[in-house]
Amino acid sequence: MDTATAPTQTNYINVAHTAKSWLLTRDHKRIALLYLISVSVFFMIGGLFALLIRLELLTPAGDLFEAETYNKVFTMHGVAMVFFFLIPAIPATLGNFLVPLMIGAKDLAFPRINLLSWYIYVLGGLFTLAAVIGGGVDTGWTFYTPYSTAASNTHVILTGLGVFISGFSSILTGFNFIVTIHKMRAPGMTWFRLPLFVWASYATSLIAILGTPVVAIAIVLVALERTLHIGVFDPTLGGDPVLYQHLFWFYSHPAVYVMVLPAMGVISELIAAFTRKEIFGYKFVAFSSLAIAVIGFFVWGHHMYVSSQSAFAGLVFSFLTYLVAVPSAVKVFNWTATLYRGSISYQAPMLYAFGFLGLFLIGGLTGLFLGALGLDVHVHDTYFVVAHFHYVMVGGTIMAYLGGLHYWWPKMTGRLYNEGWAKFAALMIFVGFNLTFFPQFLLGYMGMPRRYHMYPEEWQVLNVLSTAGATILGVGYFIPTIYLLWSLKKGEVAGDNPWGATGLEWQTQSPPVTENFPVTPVVTEPAYAYAHQEKRFA
Amino acid sequence: MPNGHAAAHHEALQHHFDSLQQQKDASTFGMWVFLVTEVLFFGGLFMAYILYRTWYPDVWLAASHHLDVTLGAFNTAVLILSSLTMALAVHAAQTGNKNGTALFLVLTMVLGVVFLGVKVVEYSDKFTHHLVPGPTFQFDAPYQRTAQIFFSIYFAMTGMHALHMVIGEGIMLYLLVGALKGRFSAAYYTPVEIGGLYWHFVDIIWIFLFPLLYLVGHH
Amino acid sequence: MFNIPLFPDSASTFAGRVDALYFFIVAVTSFFAILVVALVAFFAVRYKRRRADEVGAPVHGALALELTWTAVPLVLAMVMFYWGASVYFAMAKPPANAMEIYTVGKRWMWKFQHVTGQREINQLHVPIGQPVKLVIGSEDVIHSVYIPAFRVKMDAVPGRTTTLWFQATKAGRYRLFCTEYCGQKHSGMIGEVVVMAPGEFQQWLAGGPATGSMSEMGQKLFTDLACVTCHRDDTTGRGPSLAGVFGSQVTLQGGRTVTADEQYLRESIVNPQARIVEGYQPLMPTFQGLVSEEQLMQLIAYVKSLGTKGQAPGQTAAPAAEGAQAPGAADTVTK
Repeated sequence: MDTATAPTQTNYINVAHTAKSWLLTRDHKRIALLYLISVSVFFMIGGLFALLIRLELLTPAGDLFEAETYNKVFTMHGVAMVFFFLIPAIPATLGNFLVPLMIGAKDLAFPRINLLSWYIYVLGGLFTLAAVIGGGVDTGWTFYTPYSTAASNTHVILTGLGVFISGFSSILTGFNFIVTIHKMRAPGMTWFRLPLFVWASYATSLIAILGTPVVAIAIVLVALERTLHIGVFDPTLGGDPVLYQHLFWFYSHPAVYVMVLPAMGVISELIAAFTRKEIFGYKFVAFSSLAIAVIGFFVWGHHMYVSSQSAFAGLVFSFLTYLVAVPSAVKVFNWTATLYRGSISYQAPMLYAFGFLGLFLIGGLTGLFLGALGLDVHVHDTYFVVAHFHYVMVGGTIMAYLGGLHYWWPKMTGRLYNEGWAKFAALMIFVGFNLTFFPQFLLGYMGMPRRYHMYPEEWQVLNVLSTAGATILGVGYFIPTIYLLWSLKKGEVAGDNPWGATGLEWQTQSPPVTENFPVTPVVTEPAYAYAHQEKRFA
Repeated sequence: MPNGHAAAHHEALQHHFDSLQQQKDASTFGMWVFLVTEVLFFGGLFMAYILYRTWYPDVWLAASHHLDVTLGAFNTAVLILSSLTMALAVHAAQTGNKNGTALFLVLTMVLGVVFLGVKVVEYSDKFTHHLVPGPTFQFDAPYQRTAQIFFSIYFAMTGMHALHMVIGEGIMLYLLVGALKGRFSAAYYTPVEIGGLYWHFVDIIWIFLFPLLYLVGHH
Repeated sequence: MFNIPLFPDSASTFAGRVDALYFFIVAVTSFFAILVVALVAFFAVRYKRRRADEVGAPVHGALALELTWTAVPLVLAMVMFYWGASVYFAMAKPPANAMEIYTVGKRWMWKFQHVTGQREINQLHVPIGQPVKLVIGSEDVIHSVYIPAFRVKMDAVPGRTTTLWFQATKAGRYRLFCTEYCGQKHSGMIGEVVVMAPGEFQQWLAGGPATGSMSEMGQKLFTDLACVTCHRDDTTGRGPSLAGVFGSQVTLQGGRTVTADEQYLRESIVNPQARIVEGYQPLMPTFQGLVSEEQLMQLIAYVKSLGTKGQAPGQTAAPAAEGAQAPGAADTVTK
């Protein structure tokens, strides 16, 4: 096997070198890399703000920042992470790269729209960065009215514009995936032979196209209210500030499934590959993605139990919230059952998958506390909620993202990363993460509110533990950046299928040629056809 | 199934599709998916409308009377007619009738411009009568405060609709240029077809807006 | 030794109920978490790859297993739902004899007014063993009243009146937080609830300021703002008589009816055109901007003192039905 010399075959990376060939590309794989770079930039920005939050919270007094500055810091942490990292990360990087490959197509249905979606994302990001540099915004990532429309004197509209624009990027990506998966599958690739990552991407795209337009309108109305005082959210003119919450959460709750469904898709791929077994209960897992997407549209009011929403509405939303928990539980059980009689190896992607199982489990289970009406009254708007969503979004989504990045790195770049450092970083991230966020459950139940930069002294020890964890977590995230970049030049050259995995993406060269497959594949097997395939590894 | 360039494939076939039929299917399906997102986009405004109309039915009645039903009805007829000319344009493209396609596209565009012209007239009238939400808004007692919400929703919904009409005009222009260049034939008329879908959708949105905004209280 | 608190104080009748539900969910979730983690760990070790060419053994999905592990979580989820809902409904229905305290959140302080007239800022005195209902409003943006030791919380929404109730069980001082982000000094918008034995509380009340009770202040406003010109006791006024209106069913123009609760009274003062009583002209001017949130509450307290549910004060009030519709209906205002 080749070691330090670069791959010599023509592939989608070395086929052209000019900036123009990258910036005007129609190749979904190059667009995936463009997204990878941009989302990583926003991840670092959001991470920097997170560090600042935890530094302030080392001490009970608000002594590091002025109150206004702290308010801007947590807002911008949320905006950067939610809209510019978590929503696009897996779909626009891994999804863009893999969906056509996994279904045996040459590209997505609309390559130019794919490129447009990246430019729109960048434009939205630039507006948001302008807001940050221009002094920031302090409304919280949720932009609740009437604070955002009548009281805040920060760059609300500029930030809103950035988010509004980037929403179209999300819609276009979703729309592209849906059409592609319906219309461009290779011969023999029936729906029930699709890899589960494709099912997950499909369900995610449904949510993206249906939910994002509603938050777009909410932002437009906030901007109009702020400039023209039109009255739609202003109680002094007969408007209703709680209407904003309905419009906002109608999108923002399904949005969390946009963040976690692709992650679950990645985990299915990782577990299948590293246990060399088909995922137990394939159809149940596939349908559970759709169930989560559909039911997830009807639970938004669980963010509003104490908002003056009626008790009856609360009842309906709580009931549906418990229903949506069930398909997630089903997935976890199916993944666990897949391990039974598998052939399990512990490379870094699988360590990330194990980490996901533990952390998503805790995150999802703590959602059960929040769904209960009478209990949520106590923990709503406290650090309990903060801990819950970080467990699912960071412990879930980011673990899966990193696991997927490592798993498909050889396919995307033609290089292998350093396995020792990768395992070390995965463990460090797991430890750092738990230390950061588990104490926050306790803080929340004791009553520590969100978005506070001062707090009663007796809560300092738990906050210090959390900050210590955050530091470890930050270092843990930094390490892969180094060795992954290093591998681009110095990593061992990867073969077509270093993991011996099933899936069409592994049946073409690493990195692939621009049109993915020299000859269009014809599919005859189900997904994850490992059974009795020992000779593949002999 | 061989990849690569087959003997004589249509010049409009993009390289990542295997056949013109697949490309057509994908484009048409794509337009339907896009229109679904548009329904949700307008849906948020419809939700706000429903909420406030339920809360303030008297305000809605009083404010709606300031809209000119005649102009609204005229515009509705204009748009329905334009959907007819659009459908005829699609048919013409489908039968390879280059001049017919161009003619019907031009008619559709003209009708669209008429619609927008009437909207300009209506909006100017609102401006003159101080019915534009903002610092200049004035309305008779006793509804002077809450009526602003009606007009905010009116401008947001019709403005959003008008924006989609303007974009539609751009799409028509693009199709017209294509038609004049002879791009469309029985084998390939997909852009006209999906342009038509978009146009019909914008028409349907107006058909909801007209009664909801103009005909409040007219039974 | 370290005295690091890990669990909140419990000082209300709700605390026990909320904590019981909490521990139930802790138990169920811990069980499943430990079960899954143990299985994953066991399988990970037991089925570790031993040969480079080993693959997993085909195991075909057992429908029975799938259905079981769908049904069991579903049942448990429904138990949690039901339990949470029943605690919530108890929180949503203040008892008829609850003592009302009017609460206004304003950037960045909490103002409390007892019906007897005491006003407090950022501090709230309440007795043990007596249900207390906070009637909550906001002067500006959305805030949220949160008393962790009582396990209660409710948003203060401008333009609306919301309520929360509790019954304190233990003397002491407990923290109160604003827990809906409201701007610069959000973290500083905190206070304390001082729970006292009933006797001490009565003494504290008696030592109150010389200003009148809520309804007296409200009556003064009613006269000063000339409300009395139109809202007369008889039927000759340009506005409806307010005697006994609170809690009653009011018929509006167009035939709809509405319950005259705090929210309706508040709306009638700041947005009088919204829902006009049948048979009256839309003549009432708006008082938005002319009265503060606190003054609105004083006016509401005054109107309540004019009798409830169609009965003028002095007549025997109808016994409050279990789960009375209008919050605070048939309360007794002590003077």
